[in-house]
Amino acid sequence: MKILVCIKQVPDMESHFRPNGSATWFDESDLAFRMNEYDEYAVEEAVRLKEQLGGAPEITVLSIGPDRVIEAIKKALAIGCDCAVHIKEPDVASKEPWQIASMIAAYARSKQFDLVFTGMQSQDRGSAQVGVLVAELLGIPSTTTLVGFAWADGVVTATRELEGGVKSKVRLKTPALVTCQLGLNSPRYPTLPNIMKARKKEITTLQAGELSSEKPLTGSAAFRHPEKRGSGVVLEGSVDELVEKVLVILKDKTAVLR
Amino acid sequence: MKLLLVGEYREGRLLDTTAELLGFAAAISGDASLFLVGSAEAVPAFSGTLYLADAKVYGEYNPEVHKQLLLKAVQEENPDLVVFVHSSYGWDLAPRVAASLKLAQVSEVIGFAGNAYEVGCCNAKMHRNVTPLTSKAVITIQAGAFPALQVEGTPSVKVLSTDAASTTEFMGYEPAEARDVNLAKAEIVVSAGRGIGKKENIELIRSLAKAFGGELGASRPVVDAGWIDHGHQVGSTGQTVTPKLYVACGISGSIQHLAGMKKSGFILAINKDKDAPIGEVADVLVVADLLQFVPALTAKLS
Ligand SMILES: Cc1cc2nc3c(=O)[nH]c(=O)nc-3n(C[C@H](O)[C@H](O)[C@H](O)COP(=O)(O)OP(=O)(O)OC[C@H]3O[C@@H](n4cnc5c(N)ncnc54)[C@H](O)[C@@H]3O)c2cc1C
Repeated sequence: MKILVCIKQVPDMESHFRPNGSATWFDESDLAFRMNEYDEYAVEEAVRLKEQLGGAPEITVLSIGPDRVIEAIKKALAIGCDCAVHIKEPDVASKEPWQIASMIAAYARSKQFDLVFTGMQSQDRGSAQVGVLVAELLGIPSTTTLVGFAWADGVVTATRELEGGVKSKVRLKTPALVTCQLGLNSPRYPTLPNIMKARKKEITTLQAGELSSEKPLTGSAAFRHPEKRGSGVVLEGSVDELVEKVLVILKDKTAVLR
Repeated sequence: MKLLLVGEYREGRLLDTTAELLGFAAAISGDASLFLVGSAEAVPAFSGTLYLADAKVYGEYNPEVHKQLLLKAVQEENPDLVVFVHSSYGWDLAPRVAASLKLAQVSEVIGFAGNAYEVGCCNAKMHRNVTPLTSKAVITIQAGAFPALQVEGTPSVKVLSTDAASTTEFMGYEPAEARDVNLAKAEIVVSAGRGIGKKENIELIRSLAKAFGGELGASRPVVDAGWIDHGHQVGSTGQTVTPKLYVACGISGSIQHLAGMKKSGFILAINKDKDAPIGEVADVLVVADLLQFVPALTAKLS
C-alpha cells in the first residue's frame, strides 16, 4: 500500500502581517513558518494507518515551496512518514490552488498511490480547494472535512463534519483522497530518537516548472488589514489600570454588573 | 450577469442558507437561476428557472452524482458565475465543478467590487481581492456574509437526470451530540481559547466565569485538545450564543468562532495580539497577557 500526504508550510497566525511589494500576498521576511495545522492531522492519520497495518504501507510526504518547507517535511518524517518529495518553487505565494493541485497531480499520476491525505484547507489561503482538485485531476474519488477515518480491505469509511454538530458517514473505495479537519485525531509530537532517525530518510527534490506549466486561473491584489467595522475600543496599559478601565466600561455599558 | 445558484437540501428540507444565495444575487444585481437536488413537491418560492433533480432518486449528497447533475444545468444555462455557499456541501462540490470546466474558483467570498471578490485570509486576520482570470467562474460565499432574502414567485422547473455512477456511498447521518451545557440561555459567557496555553489554565477562565456568574465556553482547539467537552464549544460547529456579555480570553476570532458569538450584546476580548480579528467585533479589546489580566479581573470581581 502506498500513501501520499500533502502538507503546506504556513506562517504562524499570531504574526504581524505586512503586504509584499505588489500587495498580492504577505511579505515573508520576519515571519516564522510551521506546518499547516490541518495537515498535522493528515500526517498523523496516515501514520496511524501505517501502524494499524503493521508498518507495511509506505508514506510519502510532499510539500511545495522554497527551501524553508524542508523544515515541515522533516517534522512529518520524524512523525513517521517514510520518504519525502520537495517540489521546489521559490515563488510559491504566486501559485494559486489550480496550479498547486496540477503540480501535485503531475507528480502523483504515475505513482499509483492508494490513499492521499491532505488538510481540508490551509490556515493562510483557506481556499479548501487543493485536495479536491488533486483528486479530480487524478480521477479518483474524494471526500472532505474528515473527523473520522477507518480503512479496511481497500475501503475507506469516513465521517464528515457538516454544520451545527451533524456528521455524515460515507464509504469510498481506494484509490481515494481525503481531506482532514481539526480534531480528527491528536497529532503527536516527534520524539528526539525519531527526529534523529528522520535525518536519514530520503528527500527527493523536483522542480515545480518541470511538473506543470499551468497558468493561474485567479489573480490576487490588495492584501490588507480589514477595515475596522465596529466602534470598539482598544485598551493598552498596565494590568491594574486595564482592570479598572474594564470595570468602569462594563458598569456603564452592560446591565450585568451592578 | 447570469448566475446559477446552487441551493442545499438535506433530509427532505431546503437549508436556510439558500436564502443567502438569493441575497448575494440581489446584491450583485445578477440574473439568477437555481440548481437543487430536492423535491418537486416543495419547490422554493423563486421566479426564474429551477434546475431540479429528485433527491429521492439521487439521494443525499453524493459528490460525483451531484457534480454530473450540476454540469448539465451549467451546460444548459451557461451562467457567468456558479455560486455556492461555503459549507460542507459547497466547499466539497465547488472545486469538482471548477475542475471539470477548468474555471477559476474564488472561495469564501465576503464582498465584491467589479470583478474582484473580497476574501479573508490568514485566519481572517487579513483580507485580499481575488479576480478570476477565466471569463466565467465558480465562487463560494461565506455563510452570513450576505443577508438572507425571501423572494416570491413560482419557478419554471427543468428536471435533470443522470446515470452517472456513484463513487462514494452515503451511509447516513449522525445527529449532533446531546449537550449537558446550555450556553444559549446564559446571560454571560466567558470563553477560553487556545491562548490559555495549557489545560490547567482552564481553571483561570472558569474562575472568571464564576466571578461574573456566567457559563464557561470555549473555542474549538480547546475542545479538540481534550481540555474541555464539546458541549462548551462556541461556533459554527458548536453552539450559537447571544449573551448580554461575552468574554473571549485568548481567542483569535476566526470566522467560525465569530459565527457562534458575534450577536452577543457586549463583547470583551482579552488578547495579547492587537491585530487579532476578534477586535473587529469586540466592544472592548484588552491587549494583555490573559495569564495576568484574567486573575486580576477575577480578584476585583469577587
Ligand atoms: C469547518 C470549520 C468549522 C469550525 N468550527 C469552529 C467552531 O465551531 N468554533 C471555533 O472556535 N472554531 C471553529 N473552527 C476553527 C477555527 O477556524 C479556528 O481554528 C479556531 O476558532 C481558533 O481558535 P482560537 O481562537 O482559540 O485559537 P487561535 O486562532 O490559535 O488563537 C489564539 C489567540 O490567543 C492569543 N493569545 C495567545 N497567548 C495569549 C496570552 N497569554 N494572553 C492573551 N492572548 C493570548 C493569540 O494572540 C491568538 O489570537 C472551525 C474550522 C473549520 C474549518
